[in-house]
Parts: sequence; C-alpha cells; structure tokens
Amino acid sequence: MSSAAIPQAPLAGADAPLLEVRAVAKRFGAREVLKNISVNIAAGEFLTLLGESGSGKTTLLRLIAGFEEPTTGEIWMSSERLDTLPPHQRRVNTVFQNYALFPHLSVRDNVAYGLRVQGAPKKEIPSRVNEALAMVKMTEFAGARPSLLSGGQQQRVALARALVNRPQLLLLDEPLSALDANLRKQMQGELKALQREIGITFLFVTHDQEEAMALSDRIALVRDGALEQVASPREIYARPATAYTAQFIGQTNLLRGEIQRSIATCGVLRWPVEEPDGPVLFSLRPETIRLCADGKRQTHEVKFRGVVRQQIYGGSSELLEVDSGDGQLLRVRLPACGPLAGELDFVFSIADAIRVLD
Amino acid sequence: MYSRAYKTIVSAPPLLWVGLFLLLPYALMFAHSFWAVEDGVLVHHWNLDNYEKLLTNPLYAEVLFRTLRIAGSVMLCSLLLGYPLAYYLSFHSGGRKELLYQLVIVPLWVSYLVRGYAWKTILGSEGVLNGFLQYAHITHEPVSFLLYSPFAVILMLTHIYTPFVFLPIYASLEHIPRPLVEASHDLGANSFSTFFRVILPLSMPGLLAGATFAFVLSLGDFLAPLLVGGSSGTMIANIVQTLFGAVYDWPLGAAISVSILLLTLSLLFFTQRLEKRWSFK
Amino acid sequence: MSRHSPTRRSPLLAIYAALVFAFIYLPLAVLILYSFNRDGVGGFPPLHLTLDWYRQLFADEPIWDSVLNSLLVAGGAVALSLTLGLLAALALDRASFPGKALFRRLVLLPLILPGIITGLSLLMLVVLSGLHLSLLTVLLGHGTALISVATTELFAGLQKTDRAQEEASLDLGATPWQTFWRITLPNLKLSLVAAGLLIFTLSMDEIAVTFFLIGRDNTLPLEIWGRLRRGITPEINAVSTLIFAVSVALIVIWYRIRMRSIGAEAKQLLQRP
Repeated sequence: MSSAAIPQAPLAGADAPLLEVRAVAKRFGAREVLKNISVNIAAGEFLTLLGESGSGKTTLLRLIAGFEEPTTGEIWMSSERLDTLPPHQRRVNTVFQNYALFPHLSVRDNVAYGLRVQGAPKKEIPSRVNEALAMVKMTEFAGARPSLLSGGQQQRVALARALVNRPQLLLLDEPLSALDANLRKQMQGELKALQREIGITFLFVTHDQEEAMALSDRIALVRDGALEQVASPREIYARPATAYTAQFIGQTNLLRGEIQRSIATCGVLRWPVEEPDGPVLFSLRPETIRLCADGKRQTHEVKFRGVVRQQIYGGSSELLEVDSGDGQLLRVRLPACGPLAGELDFVFSIADAIRVLD
Repeated sequence: MYSRAYKTIVSAPPLLWVGLFLLLPYALMFAHSFWAVEDGVLVHHWNLDNYEKLLTNPLYAEVLFRTLRIAGSVMLCSLLLGYPLAYYLSFHSGGRKELLYQLVIVPLWVSYLVRGYAWKTILGSEGVLNGFLQYAHITHEPVSFLLYSPFAVILMLTHIYTPFVFLPIYASLEHIPRPLVEASHDLGANSFSTFFRVILPLSMPGLLAGATFAFVLSLGDFLAPLLVGGSSGTMIANIVQTLFGAVYDWPLGAAISVSILLLTLSLLFFTQRLEKRWSFK
Repeated sequence: MSRHSPTRRSPLLAIYAALVFAFIYLPLAVLILYSFNRDGVGGFPPLHLTLDWYRQLFADEPIWDSVLNSLLVAGGAVALSLTLGLLAALALDRASFPGKALFRRLVLLPLILPGIITGLSLLMLVVLSGLHLSLLTVLLGHGTALISVATTELFAGLQKTDRAQEEASLDLGATPWQTFWRITLPNLKLSLVAAGLLIFTLSMDEIAVTFFLIGRDNTLPLEIWGRLRRGITPEINAVSTLIFAVSVALIVIWYRIRMRSIGAEAKQLLQRP
C-alpha cells in the first residue's frame, strides 16, 4: 500500500493527525445515529470512544473500519481519503466484540488469515505468525481450535490476528466486555503495555468509564450521536464541561442555583464568583468535600452544616448522604473514619465547584 | 457492507431462474384457465367458460366437497395422533426423548410411494389384513370394502402426514418455558387445567402449522386416490390429471388448478393471521 | 430444579403414544416382512422365508436402469437447487431489490402447493418452449421445485452465522470473493450438507411433479408406479425395503455429521467463561 511508505503527511507538519473524522453523520432510515462528528487521532495515541449503548460509538468505529458508509462527511487517514475504500483495502484492523474468530480454522490459521489473503510471501508467514502469537503469549495454543480456548485466550488470538497485519490503526470494539471482572483488569494492563510497546494507534470503544480512565490518553465521550467532550482522563474528570459528563464519569453532586452580583447561591450554600448574573449549574465531586473538625474555614473555602442521613461503608472510604438544610442532599466521600451521626460541619474549596453546562 | 456488484451477482441468477421457471409457468397456468379448446385444439380465445362450468356442473362440486371432507378428516386424524404423541414426547418421555424423536422423524424420510404401497398390500382383499383376519377366524370371507374407498385414502394420508403434523407441534411444545408449567402447578392448577389453560394455548402456532400442512397437502393429492382410493375415493386433483391426460381439456384443468391454488393460498394466509394472533409476541 | 409435575408418569398417555408408534411402523414392518415371503404378498402367516425376491430384483434390469436415472436426476437437482438456493439465500439475507417479498413467496411456493400444480405448470412451459419430455425436463422440474428447500435451509444457516466473521475477514484484507470462499461457505457447510441430503432424498422419491415431466426413461418411483398397475409382487416389497434401508442410512450419516458439530458447539459453550 502506497500510504505505508509515507511516514506522516509531509505537508501538514509533524503533528498532523493519523486519522481525521470530518463532519461525519450517519443515518439509518429516519434514525440519525451520528450527528456531525469531527475528531482527530494522533499517531501512537490511545483514544477511547466512551458512551452508553446506543450512543453511536460502535457505528463510528464501523464507519472507520469500512463496514458502513457515512451519510455525509469524510474520513481521512495519513492524508488519504479513507471512507471511499472498501474495508479490505484499509490499513485498519479490528478486534471484534465477540472476537469473531473463524471457528473452522486453528489459532495459527486465524492469525495467518490476513497475511494469506493479501498474498504475503509464503516464507514470511510462519515467522510473522509466531511473532504475533508470542507477543500475546499464545504460542503454545497455535494448533488449537478457537472453540477450545477460554475467553481471555480468544481475546489474545483476536489481538494477534489484527496486529499481524501491522495496521496503522487498531480498532477495538468493547473487546473486554465478555470477560469477568478479574480477567478484565488483567487484560487492561496487558493491552496498555502492548500498545506502548508496539506504538500502534488504538481506537477503543467501551461503555465502562473506569476502563476508559485506566487505558486512554484521551477520552471522547459520545452522547446521542454527538461528541460531548474530548479530553484526557484527568481533564475530563477534573473539569467536566457538562452535567452529563460530570455524572457519566465518576460520581458528582449537581448544584443548581443562581448568580447575583458575583455571588453564587445554591440552596444554603453561597460563595463568591467572577461571572455574570443568571441561573447556573455546578458539579462538586463528593471527595472534594471534607469534614471541618475545628469549625474554621479558609477564605477560599465554603463551609456548611449538615445532618448525616445515610452512611455507606466502602472499605477504604465512607460515602455519606448529607442534608445541608432545605432538603438539599449532598454526597460526601471521606476516608474511612467510623460511624458518624448528627449535625457536622463540612467544607469544600470554591475552586472544586466546577461550572457545567446543562 | 456488501457492494452493489456483490448484491447483483447473488440476486440476478435466482431472480431470472425463478422468473423463468416458476413465475412464467404459474402465469401460463393462469392464462390457460381463460382459454378454450375447440375440436380438440387449444385456442387462445379469452373467456370465463371454464370457471362457469366449474360452478354449474354439480359433479365438480361433489368431488370438491369429497376432497375437502377427506382432507379435513386427514387433518383431524393426524392431529389426534400427532398432538398427544408430541405432548408425550415433550413432557413425559424423560430420558428417551431424543431416541423417540428420531423414531418419529425416520418415516419422514421414507418414500411416499413405499408407504402408500405398504397400505395397498395390507388392505387389499388378498392382502395381509384379510389374511390375518381369516387366519384368526374373525372373518371367513375376504373383507373387500377396506381398499379402494375414501377410508383407505384417509388412512394412507394420515399415516403419511402424522409425522409432518407432529414436528411443528413438538417444536412449539419444546419452546414452552418449563417454569410456566411449574408456575401453573404452583398456583394450584392440576395437570388437566394446566394443559388446557397454559400448554394448549402456547402450542397453538405449532398446532395450526401442522393442521394447515396436513390439510393443504391432502387437498392437492392425486396419488393416494389412484393407489388406494378407487372410483369412490376420487379427489379433485384426479379430475385435473384426467383433464390434462385422457380428456385433453387443458383450459378446464387449468381452471381447477387455479381454484386449488387460490384455495391453498387463502388457507395459508388465513392460518398465518391466526398464528400471529396466537404467537403472543 | 424440581420437575415433579412435568415428568410425572401417565400410563394412559404412554400407551397411546405406543399405539401411534405402532400405527406409524406396522405398515413398514409388514412391508419388509413380506419381501422375504415365498408365497407372495398377502396370506397369513408368512411362514416360508426366502431371498428369492431379492435375487429376482437384482436381475431386473429395468429397475436398475430406473435407479440410475433417478440418481442422475437427483444429483443434477442437488447441484442445481443448491447453487440457486445459495444465491437466493444470500440475496434474501443481504440484498434489497424491488419485488423481494414476492420473490421470497414465489421461491417457497412449490413447497406448499400441491405437486400436481407445479408439475402441470412446468409441463405447459415445456410444451410452449418446444422441448421434448425427458430426464432433463424432470431434472429441471426437481431442481426448480427444490430451490425452496435449499433456500429455506441455507437462509436459516446464514441467519445463524455471525456476520462479524465476514467483517473480520474483510477487515483483515480479504476481498469479498476470498471472503465468500474462505469464510461464508465453510460456515454454511452443515446447512449445505443438510440441504443436499434432503433434496437428494426428496428428488429420489418425487412422483407428483415427475408424473407430468417424464419422457421415455423412468425414474425409480415411476417405474414402481407403473408396475403397481400390473399387480403386486414381493419384488416391489424388496425394492421398497432397499429404499427404506438407504433412507435410514442417509439419516444416520446426517445424524453423525450433525452430532459432531453439536458436540463441538457444546464443548465451546462449556468452556466459555
């Protein structure tokens, strides 16, 4: 493939993206599954498409793989138009949700499949297959039928099968969702290590926000066929742009209130802000609220008195539900501290109340 | 994900073939039914005489009613044999289920002709049954009314279609979630009311499919009457066959064929509607 | 899980079921038994057993000619209807074209319509086209009528296979053509074998359509049919017994194939976490 010879598009500069999704929309009949999506992926990046089921994240993946055609918009890879190519001519490979291993072929033949159909030199195939199997530690299962493997092992074969083709971009469609919790954690670690080692760009689809946080360089949160926010895990958690993002990633308290003359008022809570008057919504993470044992607060803090309504013990931490008065309930996460009851003083830093869009 | 070329390559040959070898022949049949025969020669002279003949000549009505009666009896008998068998296999056969199921399936693969022939040898006046009856001193003379009668046709077709009727009923019984039956018992219903209130309604789609199958297949049969029916067991398809063969009145034969076709299709349409109503989905 | 009620014994029902089995199998048993009876069909009890009728059958050339004819027709019908049925199933599964609903119904018609109607309709086409009635017209008739069986069976097979398999193949760089041969067909292997066996048996046994399309050379069922008019001899019992034996052998083969694949599937299910 000609594009393989060109390391990066020379004209566009060194930081030109590997993949550009330009204003892509997709309709199935009357249903608009993707609405005007634009996103870039840099070479070597691990980008995660995070969203609820039905949000359109898998459709975007299928558009990039070539199983669907965009209704409008374009997809470019390495400065070449991608969306007009049939799937077998794209230097993109996919790890499918249920692996889609060919049941009638052995593990070795599954991995060799891509090389064979593309007419790779016969002498080269065995060594490349072995290399790929070694990379995922599956060498000893080369002769087995996929149906005899465990879920985790099938997962590794699917990875090897996709990677043996040396794609420029690897698409992973909820690859870990069929595994149980422990195996999942382990595979997450291996996947991340593998990606660093081989340096291939990963586009990963998941509905699991913890998984997205653990793996990604950047997260693209998809909601109802549109991008809600694209940012690094730390950024997206610390500075959610919208109420939806704040609630989808981690837990939060949404405080609805009003700004009048540079004072924000949400129920009994009041603090100074430098923003124009009007209705406002803040996200306040439960762990940013602390107990205020001595009753004193710093100037940049907000103090309030609340009644503990419920306390849920979570091992290393406690989750409280605190009534700050007027029936306003706030979730507070504290380090494990033993049973609490009655009226207590709490504080949080004004900087931790993040203004979000509705 | 499939290109236009792919879709064309897979759909064009079967479309052409089906158009040429199914649609065209059926259309020819339809056209013939509006043509006429004059002096033993087919003329393409459009008319409704054939259908008029069908409606006015009482002979056709008589044979049609006999055919419906025979087909109805076959349907009823196969249901009476097939349903309890399916119910027994599905709910009461325990570990022998798979083996017994196979035993019902095997005759499905056995030649229609072989099975019809078997009845002919059994029922004939020189046949096995008569031999047995005389040997056992139940009768002294051969009983001759067994073969060449509507009864023989019904017996033969019931024998052939019972496994056909069994299959869809068994499938729908197997699809009934067993906890439903347990729930019914748990709520105080005995086996009898559980059957009539839970199992029978949920197996209706299979029952309807089986019944339609037996009825429709018997309706157009002309081989069983030829084999074991005699003149009193003549059915509507035999008339068609005679009109096409011996009498050489293709248009009239075509008109009867079209009538059978329409009857069959409307029956299928009707039961499909019923099946949908009973499918609870 | 408690299963008291569903498996509770019910002797009456068991007796009834046994009677139905007797009704299904007694005629076949009688048929087979009398193929060994020296004194012909009928007469009771069949005391003198002999293989004479089989000897006579093996020397009966017209029968074996008709068997050969039937094999030719059935082989051709399998090839024809599997090819067209496979394409039709793919078209129904993946393509959309005007008249698709009509096409689906039309393909299935021979399955539900009385054979006489399909047979006569095809006869009209043969007459119209000026062809002579021969084994070829029988083959065309069988092949066309049995596309219905092939399409149903293969469409069901396609529905069961995972579409992601083919996507994975394209994704790994295989062309649609390579994907068809390397993935789609192997995935349908079982359905193809099943449909093939079923079509073969149905064609070997077909009378209603054949009746109207046959030329000078008889197929086996029509040869037997012709002889029935002349009277009954145990030779027909003998050939029927052989047909029965071959049918049962085919079922056993089919079962072996299916059980093997079911076994593999079960193993797969057990080992999935």
